[in-house]
Amino acid sequence: MTAAFRDFCSFLHANSGLVIDGEKKYLVESKMRPILSEYKLADLNALVAELKRGTNTKLIDAVVQTMTINETFFFRDRQPFDKFKDVIVPDLVKKRTPGKTLRIWSAACSSGQEPYSLLILLDQMRSLLGTRKFEIVATDLSNSVLDKAKEGKYSQFEVQRGLSTPLLLKYFQQIGDRWQVKAEYRSQINFKQFNLLNPLMGMGRFDIVFCRNVLIYFDAKTKGEILRKIRSVMADDGYLLLGASETVVGISSDFLPDGDHKLLLRCQGQAGTRERATESPALGRSSVVDNMVKHLREPRPGAPAARPLASAKRPLQPSASALAAARLK
Amino acid sequence: MALALVVDDSRVVRKFSRRIVEGFGFKVEEAENGEQALEKCRDQMPDVILLDWNMPIMDGISFLKKVRKEPDGAHPRIVFCTTENTFDAIGAAINAGADEYIMKPFDETILKGKLEDVGVLDLPVGA
Ligand SMILES: C[S@@+](CC[C@H](N)C(=O)[O-])C[C@H]1O[C@@H](n2cnc3c(N)ncnc32)[C@H](O)[C@@H]1O
Ligand SMILES: [Mg+2]
Repeated sequence: MTAAFRDFCSFLHANSGLVIDGEKKYLVESKMRPILSEYKLADLNALVAELKRGTNTKLIDAVVQTMTINETFFFRDRQPFDKFKDVIVPDLVKKRTPGKTLRIWSAACSSGQEPYSLLILLDQMRSLLGTRKFEIVATDLSNSVLDKAKEGKYSQFEVQRGLSTPLLLKYFQQIGDRWQVKAEYRSQINFKQFNLLNPLMGMGRFDIVFCRNVLIYFDAKTKGEILRKIRSVMADDGYLLLGASETVVGISSDFLPDGDHKLLLRCQGQAGTRERATESPALGRSSVVDNMVKHLREPRPGAPAARPLASAKRPLQPSASALAAARLK
Repeated sequence: MALALVVDDSRVVRKFSRRIVEGFGFKVEEAENGEQALEKCRDQMPDVILLDWNMPIMDGISFLKKVRKEPDGAHPRIVFCTTENTFDAIGAAINAGADEYIMKPFDETILKGKLEDVGVLDLPVGA
C-alpha cells in the first residue's frame, strides 16, 4: 500500500467513517480521476496533500461524495417496511396516547426513497393513527443526494423499483419523463445534512430509526459507536432497523433482536443507565459477546430466553442468503 | 407449474420476457396480439399475463377488457409491459382491470418486483 493511498484511506475514514479495502487502490484511482482533472491535480499524492491542508471544503465534499455509495430504492427489501406497517406502528399506537407524535428517523436516507416509503405507509395508516401525528426526519452525509431527496424527482427506472403502480399514481406527478413526489407529501419530511460520526445534538427523541445499508461501510468500532449514539436518542420502547446484511451481533449491546420478529431491534437498557454506558470505552468483540450472553441469561420480561440465545449464536458474518441477495443488487 | 402468457407483437420482447419468467419457474405461452391471446386464454386461463399495449389486430387494452369478462377472467394477474408511459395511460389501464404496470424498458429486477407485488412470486425470505 502506498503512503498516498494509505493517507487517502485514513482521510476518508476520518471524514465519513468509510473503510476502504487495501485491495481497492485501482477503484479509488478510477473514481478520483474526474476530480483530479477538475481540480487540476497531478495524481493521488497531490490530492492527498490538498486534502490534508483542509481548506478546500468543496474538494473534501466532492471526494467524500464520490466514494460513498448511494444506491437505494423504494421499499427496499420489503420486509422492514411490512414490519413497520404491521408490527411497529400498531404497537407504538397502543403505547402512545392520542395527540402524541411518533418520531421517525431515516439516518442515511440517500436520495429519499426510504423516507418517502415510510411516509406513504404512514399516510395510509391515518385512521389507525387517529389524532396522533408523525414526524419524519431524514438525514444523510451527502448534500448532493439530499438535494435530490428534497426535490423528490425520480427517473422512470427508479420509480419502478419497489414502488407499486397504485402508489405511483397516488403520490407522484409526472413531469416530462420524470416522476416527482407531490408537493404536499414532500413538505412532510424534514431533510437535513448530518454525518453519523458527529455528535447527535438537538435531534430530540425517536420512536423508530431506520439506519439501513450504511453501517456496512464502517469498521466494527465505528459501528458500535454509531449504534450507541442512536440508542441515546431513542425511546426505551423504540425500534431500530438495519440493512439486510447488517447485524448488531458482536457489535453492540445497546440493541437486541426482538423475540418474535428478528428483523426488529429493540433498545436495551434504560435512559438512566445510558450515560454510564456512553463513558465506558468501546468494547472489543469478545467482551461484547460475553456481555450479551450474560445479558441474555438474565430473563427479560416478555421474551423467551431460547430465541435471543439462538440469535446470539448466529454467525458474525452475514448469512449466505443475505450475501447472495447483496450480490444480486 | 404456474402458467404465464407473454403477449407482445415483438418477437424479441417475447423472447426477452419469456426467458426471465421461465427463470422464475413459470411455464410460458406466447401470443403476438390480443386476439391470439384471447384464444389461448379460452384454451387455458394463465396465472399471469404480461401484456403489451400497441399491437395489430387487437391491442392490449381491448384484450384486457375482453378477458376480464371471460368465465375465469378474474383469475390471471395482468401486468402491462409497454412503452406507453403517461400518467393517463397508466391510470386507464389500472381502471380497466390491470393489476400492475411496467413502463418499457424494464429489466429482471423490475419484473420480479412487480410479480411479487401482484402475488404470483414468493417473496424473498429474509432474516
Ligand atoms: C447505500 S445508501 C443507503 C440508503 C438507504 N438507507 C437504503 O437502505 O436504501 C448509503 C448512504 O449512506 C450515506 N453515508 C455514508 N457515510 C455516512 C455518514 N458518515 N453519515 C451519514 N450518512 C452517510 C451515503 O451518503 C449514502 O447516501
Ligand atoms: Mg408493441
